[in-house]
Amino acid sequence: MAELDTSGGGKQKGGKVRTKKKATRVDLTAMVDLAFLLITFFILTTTLNKPKSMELIMPDKDDQTHIQEPVPETRTMTLLLGANDKLEWFVGQPGKTTPQVEGYGPNDLRKTLVEQNEKIKASHGGQPMIVIVKPSAQSTYKNVVTVMDELNIVNIDQRAIVDITPVELDLLKRDNLFK
Amino acid sequence: MPRVKVARKSTAIDMTAMCDVAFLLLTFFILSAKPKTQDPLKAEIPASTSITVVPETDFSTLLISQGKVFFNVEGDDVRRKTLEIMSSKYKIGFTPDEYKTFSGVEYFGVPMASLRQLLDLPSKDRDKITQPGIPVDTTNNNELYDWVHSARLAVKYLHDKDLKIGIKGNSQEEYPTVSKVIATLQKQHVDRFNLITALKSAK
Repeated sequence: MAELDTSGGGKQKGGKVRTKKKATRVDLTAMVDLAFLLITFFILTTTLNKPKSMELIMPDKDDQTHIQEPVPETRTMTLLLGANDKLEWFVGQPGKTTPQVEGYGPNDLRKTLVEQNEKIKASHGGQPMIVIVKPSAQSTYKNVVTVMDELNIVNIDQRAIVDITPVELDLLKRDNLFK
Repeated sequence: MPRVKVARKSTAIDMTAMCDVAFLLLTFFILSAKPKTQDPLKAEIPASTSITVVPETDFSTLLISQGKVFFNVEGDDVRRKTLEIMSSKYKIGFTPDEYKTFSGVEYFGVPMASLRQLLDLPSKDRDKITQPGIPVDTTNNNELYDWVHSARLAVKYLHDKDLKIGIKGNSQEEYPTVSKVIATLQKQHVDRFNLITALKSAK
């Protein structure tokens, strides 16, 4: 393959000194080594796993065209995100039902979301649950992303991120989730 | 008894094909390579199960870390146009050299008043200094609002497309900083944006 036929012009006139035929085969091992080294380098430096993104749609703040429909409180679940990677949830109005403290793991939050969704669907003729996420000042960005992600996994489309109210802050303070 | 002699074969393998393959792969990787960009501040992004890929053009990223906000918009032409719009808004003139530097600078986080200083620095030193972040006060001094607005105008003007905005936040960032940025975006009726996340499985 990498050989060229150089066997031309065998005998020359007279007693001239014949140069020895040399094979033009080149040892490619070093070149291959180099090529693979460079490949390795480029594989390691490129960003192969491109960052993914999660779309977040916030309700328009001064949208006057759509009439805000009143939401039945029995169908809403409120998540209060507190400090130390803990959250509190309750269904209905704040203060009327006792909030439950929970973590963000798949066995805590996701399970509760599924359970409550089933419960509300059963008692409201198949209407889905509405989730309101209220991050407090001591919750982290990661907490918000985790909650939105869990809601995506559980397929709850009716959700919103809303500012927390003082009443709800008091609930968090009482349970030591806000200092 | 005559022994059967096995013909000795040379152990040299023909490397040509291997070499071809190696260089083909190398060419592929060089051409598809997009060098890792260094963020001015380390941001450990949270994980989610979302698999939407971040667009590469007409996209702006707001990096939030340690209470500071950094701004980046993709595309050299867009960056230049953005700075032109900002320059007329803030009545700060820039030299052609500074425009050229700016179109090559990714994340930056300085107030408009000290942007010239940052651009006049040699690129080595630019990475070393700690930048204070773009002012995002909810009341009057909100430069991020103008940056995002200018970038949106620039993309619309140059490519006739809507700028998509991504938020790249540090996991441990406290929510108020993020909330301020979201409020800034909502003020100009940007209600759809992307939260940039790493991939994880749903378990």
